[in-house]
Amino acid sequence: MKITNTIVEKHGLKPEEYSKIKDLLGREPNLLELGVFSAMWNEHCSYKSSKIHLKNLPTKGKQVIQGPGENAGVIDIGDDDAIIFKIESHNHPSFIEPYQGAATGVGGILRDVFTMGARPIALLNSIHFGSPDHPKTKSLLNGVVSGIGGYGNCIGVPTVAGEIKFNSTYNENILVNAMAVGHAKKDKIFYSKAKGLNKSVVYVGSKTGRDGIHGASMASAEFDDNSEDKKPTVQVGDPFTEKLLMEACLELMQDNSIISIQDMGAAGLTSSSVEMASKGDLGMELHLDMVPCREENMTPYEMMLSESQERMLIILEDGKEKDAKKIFKKWDLDFVVIGKTTNTNNLTLKFEKEIVGEIPIDALATKAPMYDRKWIKTKLPEKKLQIKDLKKITLEDALLKILSSPNQSNKSWITNQFDQMVMTDTVQRSGSDAAIIRIHKKEKAIAVTVDSSANYCKAHPYTGGKQIVCENWRNLISVGAKPIAITNCLNFGNPEDSKIMGQFAECLLGIKDACEFLDYPVVSGNVSLYNGTNKKSISPTPVIGGVGLIANINNKINQYLKKDGNIILQIGKNFGQLSQSVFLEEIYSITDGPPPEINLSNEKNNGLSILKLINDKLVSSVHDVSSGGLIIGLVEMTFNSSYGIKLNKPKNLSNLMEYYFSEDQGRYIVEVEPVNLKKVNTILEENNVFVEILGSVQKDYFEVPGELKINTKELYKTNNTWYSNL
Amino acid sequence: MNSSVIVFPGSNCDRDIAVALEKLQFQNKMVWHKDMSLPKSDLIVLPGGFSYGDYLRSGAIAGKSNILKEVVKAANNGCLVLGICNGFQILTETGLLKGALLRNKNLKFIGKDIHVKVINTKNKFCNNYKENQVLKLNIAHNEGNYFTNKEHLKELEDEDLVPFKYCDEKGNVNEENNPNGSLNNIAGIFNKNKNILGLMPHPERMVDKIISNNDGVNLFTSLLN
Repeated sequence: MKITNTIVEKHGLKPEEYSKIKDLLGREPNLLELGVFSAMWNEHCSYKSSKIHLKNLPTKGKQVIQGPGENAGVIDIGDDDAIIFKIESHNHPSFIEPYQGAATGVGGILRDVFTMGARPIALLNSIHFGSPDHPKTKSLLNGVVSGIGGYGNCIGVPTVAGEIKFNSTYNENILVNAMAVGHAKKDKIFYSKAKGLNKSVVYVGSKTGRDGIHGASMASAEFDDNSEDKKPTVQVGDPFTEKLLMEACLELMQDNSIISIQDMGAAGLTSSSVEMASKGDLGMELHLDMVPCREENMTPYEMMLSESQERMLIILEDGKEKDAKKIFKKWDLDFVVIGKTTNTNNLTLKFEKEIVGEIPIDALATKAPMYDRKWIKTKLPEKKLQIKDLKKITLEDALLKILSSPNQSNKSWITNQFDQMVMTDTVQRSGSDAAIIRIHKKEKAIAVTVDSSANYCKAHPYTGGKQIVCENWRNLISVGAKPIAITNCLNFGNPEDSKIMGQFAECLLGIKDACEFLDYPVVSGNVSLYNGTNKKSISPTPVIGGVGLIANINNKINQYLKKDGNIILQIGKNFGQLSQSVFLEEIYSITDGPPPEINLSNEKNNGLSILKLINDKLVSSVHDVSSGGLIIGLVEMTFNSSYGIKLNKPKNLSNLMEYYFSEDQGRYIVEVEPVNLKKVNTILEENNVFVEILGSVQKDYFEVPGELKINTKELYKTNNTWYSNL
Repeated sequence: MNSSVIVFPGSNCDRDIAVALEKLQFQNKMVWHKDMSLPKSDLIVLPGGFSYGDYLRSGAIAGKSNILKEVVKAANNGCLVLGICNGFQILTETGLLKGALLRNKNLKFIGKDIHVKVINTKNKFCNNYKENQVLKLNIAHNEGNYFTNKEHLKELEDEDLVPFKYCDEKGNVNEENNPNGSLNNIAGIFNKNKNILGLMPHPERMVDKIISNNDGVNLFTSLLN
């Protein structure tokens, strides 16, 4: 078949990229080879637009065992324990087919983690939908939530934390990011780098079908009006088979049979074989006749590009095939030697005794295009708003309106569709600042959370990038964990637009600066570009997944009020800055102005001081102040508790709304027993941390004297209205 | 006491129940579904999960597996059998317990803490509980909506074969506190001889205060009496 311009375009390759392919090969590729190139060179697999910016991120640290570049990042949590984690997007497939798109997103990220030798112990998700009133939103929400649950519940890994946001920017391009966290022994971590000549390359897991062909290429283009036609490119998930694959792999990993292992994720057999060979500076020969197929008459092209799920590629030590096969047979899974490592440095594809494709590995991997795309800075928006000019609203009305808004609503409609307790190590389920998972049979735990702030990132990408790292760090601190490292999922629009590319570059710079300052390295991540439809890109939405350590599980803490008469403190300074706040957006539909400023030095100082208070057992509950501001944070502390709060009249107050709804950063609310107040004040004073007494804990009522007094059960009900009317 | 936990492909609460049993002083063994015989067991547990993916119907394929023939034999000889969640579904599929578990009435997976009331304690599984005691347990299922015919339902109620019913935190059994639509708020049932118990809530998730509470402990310790 002659490769025409149309064929090249259909493979998502630009004419200049096709010329480069011809140069690298010294000839024209055949269709199979073109398919392999398109699978490796698309944005999703090659990171061609993002690499140049990603390399600036801090990725090293005392506790980092493995940074970006492997299936997932690995950190050291002491003793012989390692935590392996990563976040990944499945945005495009989830918009086209929400249940399967979300389910296979979970399946894919789980494989990334158990491929490295970890037993997955927690799942998290960050999901963004269009406006609540958009006709597609409810069915997409239903499908995505069932898909996430359907996969995690079945495989038996608890889904313990997440976030959900609604905004019209996602009307035609939702975001579905899934994060998996696993636990491994430090000396039993498996990597994807191939080693040794003539080693068996083994295919294990499900059979290959025609599903998901060109999935990664689809995920590397914007949607248009015909996106529904892309349904056949969405893979279908089988969590049952993945459970078997996981158990079989973990069983095989008990001994030393595996040289390297890689899951077949995006771009399936192509990317797994190329990545393994490329990292090991080797060639690989694959006999495609041997690939277990689900459908008849599959062509080499289809086999190489299929994204059928629940498959792995393993390179085995000599003589280990028989024992390894026994394990996979026990779990009723395919186990076929389909090739070997070679010294040719080529990917050699054989079918029916003929060579049907031969490409130098480096042409596919290290020589893939890399772009330094043009980007422009986003100017810090001016603050124009004068609160006096706005139509007056009572504190009570504003509070109730925000509590009942979709974005601030209680998420139990979602989390009640997830098994949060399977594996019986979930110490703290979703609903608090971070979830807590005990390390099995140990006295320590990890805390996990995911966060994003697209509104801040849109207003000023650099500040927004810093803010999400800080927010994430703060959430871990708030449950008593020492933050260790993050994974990021960078959801952005079309990188060929210099404004969007600027959002990417500047968000990343913000993430970098915050991570460096907080000693909070990035160990894994994923980039999802081209989020948008018909040339309209989504708001920049980097998502941060963080992991922290609670060395002594008895030092865990949550946000729920504990005792009548305890004192409530605000830690960190409230400047009353309202622009980009939930208050202005929900009450006045005002979305301009700068995001809250980030002072990294205060952030770190406040956070570490809070951690000291927690470890010294001087505080009874802790909650961070985030979207919705102080008053929303305070109300959230009354949920899951039989207590309310009576607030004092704020001192030095210029405006009630600014005081209660500002989203100034670096703030926490803590509950302190009166006997501990003096010690708490001393520690805060020694560390130069700003503190203010807000009020005290009382029974049943949330009260702002002269403004409102509402039973906390009523507030809880208000917070649950939106989802209960779905 | 010797216990055996049967592991099917797709079981996912097998480790959890083993941890609970060992913590509460059972001598436990894991039994693979392809095994042809059972080790010496005073208690056989069918754990929660999605055996065989539950792709045909919850518990349907597991009900036909090798080891289940042995479980049925042992159960008919009076061995104690406990089926939790998917285990309960398997027990109804084998016919060891009558009735069926239908899709939850809201057609969604439900994973949350619920309350159940201990309806009667004169049996091997509940004798350490107090009658009418309210327990907080956790459920996690798609198909927990218990259904049976009128005659059997009457038999269940008349012969004290319903040990647990869904209720509110004060013990009121009513439709409002029926999470999945089960007939008469049934959360678990016995066979006629009361040596086989199937229940949807997970008692093994409630044996550790740092995770949840200790409300599930007595179900296991009752068996040791």
